[in-house]
Order: sequence, then C-alpha cells, then structure tokens
Amino acid sequence: MPPDFIAAWLNKNDIFTAMTIMEYWDGMVTTVQLVFLCLIIGLVFAVPLAILRTVKNPFVSGPVWLYTYLFRGTPLLIQLYIIYYGVAQIPGIQETFWWEIFREPFYPALLAFTLNTCAYTTEIIRGAIISTPHGEIEAAKAYGMNWFMRMRRIVLPSAARRAVQAYSNEVIFMLHSSAIASVVTIVDLTGAARNIYSRFYAPFDAFIFVALCYMVLTFILVFAFRKLENHLLRHQRPVGS
Amino acid sequence: MKKLMIAASCALAMFAAGTQADERNLRIAFDVPYEPFEYKDENGELTGFEVDLAAAMCEEMKADCEFVIQAWDGMIPGLLARKFDLIMSSMSITEERAERVLFSEPYYNTPGGWFGPDSFNADVTDMGAMKGKTVGVQRGTTMDTFVTEEMSGVVTIKRYTTADDMVLDLEGQRLDVVFVDYPVGEQTVLTKKGFKEVGEPVKLGEGVGVAMRKRDKDVAEEVNAALRKLKEDGTYDAIMKKYFAYDVKV
Repeated sequence: MPPDFIAAWLNKNDIFTAMTIMEYWDGMVTTVQLVFLCLIIGLVFAVPLAILRTVKNPFVSGPVWLYTYLFRGTPLLIQLYIIYYGVAQIPGIQETFWWEIFREPFYPALLAFTLNTCAYTTEIIRGAIISTPHGEIEAAKAYGMNWFMRMRRIVLPSAARRAVQAYSNEVIFMLHSSAIASVVTIVDLTGAARNIYSRFYAPFDAFIFVALCYMVLTFILVFAFRKLENHLLRHQRPVGS
Repeated sequence: MKKLMIAASCALAMFAAGTQADERNLRIAFDVPYEPFEYKDENGELTGFEVDLAAAMCEEMKADCEFVIQAWDGMIPGLLARKFDLIMSSMSITEERAERVLFSEPYYNTPGGWFGPDSFNADVTDMGAMKGKTVGVQRGTTMDTFVTEEMSGVVTIKRYTTADDMVLDLEGQRLDVVFVDYPVGEQTVLTKKGFKEVGEPVKLGEGVGVAMRKRDKDVAEEVNAALRKLKEDGTYDAIMKKYFAYDVKV
C-alpha cells in the first residue's frame, strides 16, 4: 500500500494515531530488551548448571535439581509477584543499595524471568547431555581425553545440536510469558495495549494489533532458529539436498 | 392458515410486550471490591452504596433485578455482549465511553484525592515541585486521564489495575504519591499509619452514571426517572448517609 493511503487511514482513525503507535513501539522495545536480556543471562547460567545437574554426587546435583523443580513447579506470575512485591516488604530494604535496583519494576521482572527461563533451559540442556551416545564418550576416552576436554569437544557440541529445537520453543514461550510484565507497571507491548484499551475502550483494535506485534516477533525468532538449525544440523540433511 | 399464523404471532408479540412492561428483567454488573460502593460484607453478601441504590432503583422501576459480578477490564465488552444490561460500578461519564455506551444522568460524583506518606510535603498543583516524582493512578480512571493530560513529562506515571497493588507500591516507597478516587484513598491509604492526604481533592468530570447499551433508550428513560424520584423523595440521601460522611450527590 502507498504511504499516503496509510497516512489517510491514520488520519480518520481514533486509535492508531502517531502517538499510540509510538506507545506500542516503546512497548516493543521494552519487551525485546527484557526477553533478550533474560534469555542471554539464563543461557549463560544454564550451561554450567546443566553440567552440575548431571554429576553423580547428590550434594552437587541436588541443589540444582531443587532450583529447577521450584522454578518449573510454580507459575511465573507468582514468582514475579513474590520478587516484585515481596522484596518491597522486607523491613529496611529501602535504606540499602538494593533498593536502587528493586525500586524500578524492570530489574525485579528481569530477575524473575531470568530465574524462570534458566531453570527450563537447564533441564533442556541436561536432557541433551545425558542422551549423548555412550559410543562417543567411550571413543573420546580411548583417545585419552580427560573429562574437561570430553565435555568441551564432544558432549557439549553434540548436546547443543540436540537442544536447539527444544530451546527455540523455550525462547518463544519466554517472549509470550513476558506479557505478564505489565502487571508490575512495566509498559511493555501488553502494557501499552492495556493502556490504549483503557483509554479508548476498543478491545479488538488494541489487542489484535498487539497480537500481531507478538506474531511478527515470533516469526523473526522462528526464522532465526531455522537458520541456526540448518547450520548446526547440516550433517543430518540427506546427501545432495 | 397463513393469516392464522400472523394473528397468532401478533398475539404472541403483544403478550410478550405485555409481560415485559409489567416486570422487566435486568442484570446489573458490579466490580467488587470497591468499598464503599460495592463489596462483600462478612457474610459474603453483596452490599455498598451503589448496590443499595441499585436495589432501590429496581424497586422504583418495578424491575426484577439480578446482580452480577464482573471485573472492570471486561465491563463494557460484557455489557455489549449482553452478559448483563446495566453497569452501576462507579463508571465515570466520559466522552470516550459515551461513544460505546449510553449513560444515565449522573448519580454521584466523588473527587480525586492526593494521598502520600507523612514525609511528602510538595504542593501537588506546583509542577516545579512535582518534577521527577512518581505518581500512581488506576488505569483508565478519570484520575489517570487528568494526570496524563496535565502532568505527563513532569512526573513519572505508573498505572495499576487494582487499588490494592497501587497502595502496596505506595507503602513500599516505589510511589511518591497516588491520585485516586477520594473514598477509595480514604479506605485504603488513610487507614494505614504514616499516610495522609497531601493535596486538595479535585472534582473531575461529570460524575458517575448508569451505563447501558445504546439501543436500550427505553431502559435509560426509566432509569433516569427512577433516579430522579429517589433523589427527590429522600431515599437517596438515606442511602448516602449510610456510607459517606460527606456529600456525593449530583
């Protein structure tokens, strides 16, 4: 469509004015920041945790099991409420430097999301690690590789290939779960939609538009993961394709 | 045969119209808790200023009324989807809402009140003093509109769905001040130690009206007549005195 058609449509439209589009845009930026940061931090911590989780010693794997069990066993919304409202109720917290971090809703939300996605990612990677074929490990041992070298050269690269599909789901779920950030006053995509809805009382316009925004973001993620899978799993493709 | 059927359907229509005039069925929606307008008492019974007023109005209209509980977010969609017929849940009359629903004449108006901790000493009408402060409002209320129009850029506005969450953040010192419907602030903030009213109440908008679907013009007429009657014959004042120490009548 030509741009002047869009301009004309915006002119006679009450809801989608330049101002509300900017609100959606700011919301989209917040959503992307929040989700991107929590996924990166979650992934960085999930790899060592997943390795610890596969260790035979229960004093090492036990705490990690408990952590993933707690955070996968409770709803993200409850975790967010506990971190956001709970922390503010700790006596004297307002006088400490922690308050600088927890005063704004962004960091409590980031913390809750990170802990949540890290727990799921840990389990995904752990599953991939323990399904490493024994033959590969035995072969590595026969070459004289020590534990560290085996992990780095054999187990983790092949686990990454097996985990990438499950992990792409986790990334998309996290994007959609981030919608609950709006309950703690963060104006993310959903928060922007709720503000605009409450101003114009037009649920279809406000929410269908935001649903489309999420779909576009999901589409980008799906596309990126397909490229990544093609790259990582090219050895599985039939010859000549 | 055809004539007979037409006659029969005419008779049926007349019969239906006849019963409707005698006893109208109305479902009235409230969002609870919103003390003292609509809330559940210790026995779980729905009560409050608007509930009592709705009951008196139904009696005046000789209507058979059913009270429905509906969360605020779904109020107008629920009305338009015919889940209920009237909203009497402190819905302020605004232009934007009036495009979607039909309002009765206003039946009460409470001001918006400024509440904050005892340590708060800025003048809320002085934009210089308010600069950089964080203000809490309930999303979509007339207080939200007021702060958004008069103070955006000066203060940081945080929007909440429920008053409870907002008061929690005021207590947790995430908010410097809240601007909330006066009776709500009175019930939720002033009952806590260390909090006070920090500015003059501001009368906002036309007040609160009964919201109906736009096509239900006949219901609106009856509602208006009933409300006018209640305001004149003292019933309204009696209900008001039960819940308020000050005047909310319009």
